[in-house]
Amino acid sequence: MTLRQNFTKGLIKENPVLVLILGTCPTLAVSTGVSSALGMGAAATVVLLCSNIVISALRNVIPDKVRIPCYIVLIAGFVTMVQMLVKAFAPALDASLGIYLPLIVVNCIILGRAEMFANKNKVLDSAVDALGMGAGFTLALLLMATIREVLGNGTWMGIQIPVLAENHISIMTMAPGGFLVFGILIAIVNKISGNKNSKKEFGCAGCPSAEICGKASCGGKEEAE
Amino acid sequence: MDFKGLLIILLSAVFINNYVLSKFLGICPFLGVSKKLNQAAGMSIAVIFVMLMATAVTYPIQKYLLDPNNLGFLQTIVFILVIASLVQLVEIILKRYIPSLHKSLGVYLPLITTNCAVLGVTILNITENYTFVQSMVNSLGSGLGFFLAMVMFSGVRSKIEGADVPKAFQGLPITLVAASITSLSFLGLTGVIENLFA
Repeated sequence: MTLRQNFTKGLIKENPVLVLILGTCPTLAVSTGVSSALGMGAAATVVLLCSNIVISALRNVIPDKVRIPCYIVLIAGFVTMVQMLVKAFAPALDASLGIYLPLIVVNCIILGRAEMFANKNKVLDSAVDALGMGAGFTLALLLMATIREVLGNGTWMGIQIPVLAENHISIMTMAPGGFLVFGILIAIVNKISGNKNSKKEFGCAGCPSAEICGKASCGGKEEAE
Repeated sequence: MDFKGLLIILLSAVFINNYVLSKFLGICPFLGVSKKLNQAAGMSIAVIFVMLMATAVTYPIQKYLLDPNNLGFLQTIVFILVIASLVQLVEIILKRYIPSLHKSLGVYLPLITTNCAVLGVTILNITENYTFVQSMVNSLGSGLGFFLAMVMFSGVRSKIEGADVPKAFQGLPITLVAASITSLSFLGLTGVIENLFA
């Protein structure tokens, strides 16, 4: 796979949010406005880039059995750095992201890419993968935030849109609108990709706890039998 | 202790600021483990349990260890590590001493480690400047809110199973649309709690 393909797959074909269905919590939560969506996308991309590079560089050093805790510590370290930078240089963004900024730690895109890609690929490939996935995440967030802000608030990044501003549908910026827009977007992606993914229940492919989750979703009975 | 204040914290954590349906925390288990009622209930009880324990442990750490030493910036790292090891420890203890409980809750425990709802509630308790008792009540309320959303939603999902859904909407999309309607019903409760005690 060339570097270019590696980068572009994250944008469309393996878009982390709309195709791999990772990182749903921040996607739904910060897509109320375009500016906070962009901020979230940038913060997560920086963390993803740093963690992918370091995890890939250390892939032969970290023992397999304790890899998840190691990844979490590394990711938490980078998240703390980003958190401090945002607090210092963009206090408005810090206020709009609030709790979701430290929660990048448990964003499954980052742990998922570490587990799916960085721990078996070279540093450069992992860095490009991180950039592609980060861009894909930002793109999906931007798309959702645009729909929600334009319809819900009649603005785009604070710029008023003539007719819509007087007739905005406030529910779109509230919680139900988030679920609705996300559901419809995934349905559109399913339609375009020819229903290849329509059967899948919940995309846990990249989630490191997918295996346990599978067991949990049958109430642990598999284990008992 | 201000009982009314505690009651307001509890009720608003359950109904108004519901973790799943209005704060979007813990969406993964909400979508992944809500297919059947007994699994949804099992997962939520495990979440309530871990939330309460995590708060009981992280609150003193923040107040008596990090704050006095000006180490507040280590919050994220310390909390996630403490929660992860706590969950592991509980799993080991349950397996050894209460195997029956481990059998019903054990599978859900490792999942909760990377659950944003648990990390979220511990961090929010600190940012909201709650006292220890208020934090515990808030965690209980958040856990109960999670339980309520999961149980309600598993009921909704069992209805979707038999429905004739357009092909592109099958699976996750229709689940999200259903979640949207469920969340709409919670929106109706906004303002009720404050006015109840006014």
